Amino acid sequence: MKSLDELKELRDKAQKDIQNRDTGDKVEIIVGMGTCGIAAGAREILQEVMKEIDKRDLDVRVSQTGCIGMCEKEPLVDVKMPGHDRVTYGEVTTDDVSKIISNHVVNGNVVDDLVVARLEE
Amino acid sequence: MRELSLHILDIVQNSIAAEADLIRLNIVEDYEADKLVVEIIDDGTGMKEEDKEQVLDPFVTSRTTREVGLGLPLFKEAAEQCAGNFSLDSTLGEGTELKAVFQHSHIDRAPLGDIVGTIISFLVSNPDIDLVYHHQVDDEEFNFDTREVKDRLGDVKINSPDIIAWLKDYLTEGLRQIRR
Repeated sequence: MKSLDELKELRDKAQKDIQNRDTGDKVEIIVGMGTCGIAAGAREILQEVMKEIDKRDLDVRVSQTGCIGMCEKEPLVDVKMPGHDRVTYGEVTTDDVSKIISNHVVNGNVVDDLVVARLEE
Repeated sequence: MRELSLHILDIVQNSIAAEADLIRLNIVEDYEADKLVVEIIDDGTGMKEEDKEQVLDPFVTSRTTREVGLGLPLFKEAAEQCAGNFSLDSTLGEGTELKAVFQHSHIDRAPLGDIVGTIISFLVSNPDIDLVYHHQVDDEEFNFDTREVKDRLGDVKINSPDIIAWLKDYLTEGLRQIRR
């Protein structure tokens, strides 16, 4: 069985990562976690987002929101890049997550065919 | 919901909305008594007497009480259709506790499902809320307390990707141990 004390080694590594990063505005990814979002698969989407961030070693803030009224379009994922419009993606699948992260978060190109709403900055 | 763990994730959103600092999740699988018990206890704002009845009625809840909706009635129904029962107690200013009991072997009982995924999803977006998770399968038990994790992490956030990946393995292994 793993021991929680192994976390202390991970802590030292994580602290170095934090120091190496600039403290500017972060990219934010927001997953809808209302009853509708959860029933539509938001939990799997959120975990896929974390997996991609870990794999690509990205500095992204992941947060959640409740029901915003577009229940039929869940799971919903918002990407908020500093200085850009907030883009809402709908009916997101786990396969779409890597597309959204590589195209939009890493390269700045919105994945137009998945967009359901935009909120001006 | 397809899994009880999805109900749990959903119900915990109410505790988050109620500004809980600490959430306790107890899951007891008792094969001898043929029962599966899920308890969620928080120290959030709690509810007024009249709201306690309303939150269980899917048709009364209005948009103004946004933090409550279909989640609780769905969970209650899930328990009651499995020869179980559901209770909710809440005190304004102290918190809310709910308990759902299922007949473990009931044919309509949804599987517990990916409870690790539920806990990880909660931790990712709620690094500042503590979770005490107790899971018992007959005589075996697994306990997880985010306060113990945070003690070891110092100023590193519990939702850092490295830490989340490690915790996912830790929880998966812990649960495998009690299911042997």
